[in-house]
Amino acid sequence: MKFSLSRRAALALAAILCLSSAAAVVATPAAATEPAALSVTIKDHRFEPAELRAPANTPIELAVKNLDPTPEEFESDPLRVEKIVPGNGSITVKIRPMKPGRYKFEGEYHEDTAQGVLIVE
Amino acid sequence: MLGALVIVFREVIEAGLIVGIVLAVTRGLAGSRLWIAGGVAAGVAGAGVVAALADGLSAAVAGRGQEIFNASVLAAAVLMLAWHNVWMAQHGRELARDLADAGRAAVCGEKTLFALSAVVGLAVLREGAEVALFLYGILVSGESAWNLFAGGLVGLALGAAVSAATFYGLVTVPARHLFAVTTWLINFLAAGLAAQCVGFLQQAWIVTAWAEPLWDTSGILPESGVVGRMLRALIGYTDQPTGMQLFVWLATLGAIAAAAKLAAPPRQTAPVQAPAE
Repeated sequence: MKFSLSRRAALALAAILCLSSAAAVVATPAAATEPAALSVTIKDHRFEPAELRAPANTPIELAVKNLDPTPEEFESDPLRVEKIVPGNGSITVKIRPMKPGRYKFEGEYHEDTAQGVLIVE
Repeated sequence: MLGALVIVFREVIEAGLIVGIVLAVTRGLAGSRLWIAGGVAAGVAGAGVVAALADGLSAAVAGRGQEIFNASVLAAAVLMLAWHNVWMAQHGRELARDLADAGRAAVCGEKTLFALSAVVGLAVLREGAEVALFLYGILVSGESAWNLFAGGLVGLALGAAVSAATFYGLVTVPARHLFAVTTWLINFLAAGLAAQCVGFLQQAWIVTAWAEPLWDTSGILPESGVVGRMLRALIGYTDQPTGMQLFVWLATLGAIAAAAKLAAPPRQTAPVQAPAE
């Protein structure tokens, strides 16, 4: 009795988890447009350039290169990014097509200096 | 110093809350503190390893290593929490009766103790790696390093204070409500972690559907603030949730609640048997 109950529960849980992950994977349309490539470097805990420009409604690939020996966390809530950039390392951040606007990003470990903005127009 | 304090504190809030909840859930269970301490220690050790391997992790899986790692850790925690709630729904009543006889008010069985200490370890692992990298960066940069480092340590201590406050807050809940309260806390915790998990999959473009934010409450309650972080840990608050995040949040909440309901033994058996004992 107990066994069948726990089996039912496990099955239900598994089924629902499968369903939701399937839904997550299903609609995965290929990117229609070529992504716009941008790059920014971190030096002395500052972004260079601190202002980036990108076209609207186009996916963006932003290369972040860290010239400092210390790690940094590239973070932006509006761009939905949270990613470690190792010291003397680099990462690529993929950004979904954005509407025109100003989107701030920062280096979380040095917020007083590492501030930048992505201008989408 | 204050800046370092805030950064570290923000990172450890989530782990702090989870440790506090797990402490309360497993209170009175033999060896539970030891298990939880073990979970924290394993998480800290793992965080050190992850921080040391940050270079390799960033480059792994075509630059998606960090996101996949974070998503996996979060998914594992969600499964453990789900299993705990389902197991408790199944055995909770008999357990509560046995424990009440023994004069204790714990709401957890030995069986799921391992799962809960693993959740603690995973939470510490994920956030601890970021703290470790931050503190490492301070130490190697030299200038005014000790001042900042001290700030970081105070931030860590405040995280431990969050654990303590959560624990002492929960133990004031009357024993007869504690089971319901912790069940829902854990269900919301799991849903929030699942939404964060899918957020990382969206960041890596592994999941691309429903990627548009539904609303923006960053002006009222930014998730990067201390209150926002607490709500993020407790219920999965994010100031610009995507459609997929909301869907996964609802699905996880519903799935765990439904599975627990299915697993619970039929209601009438308990009161009928109770007087006979």
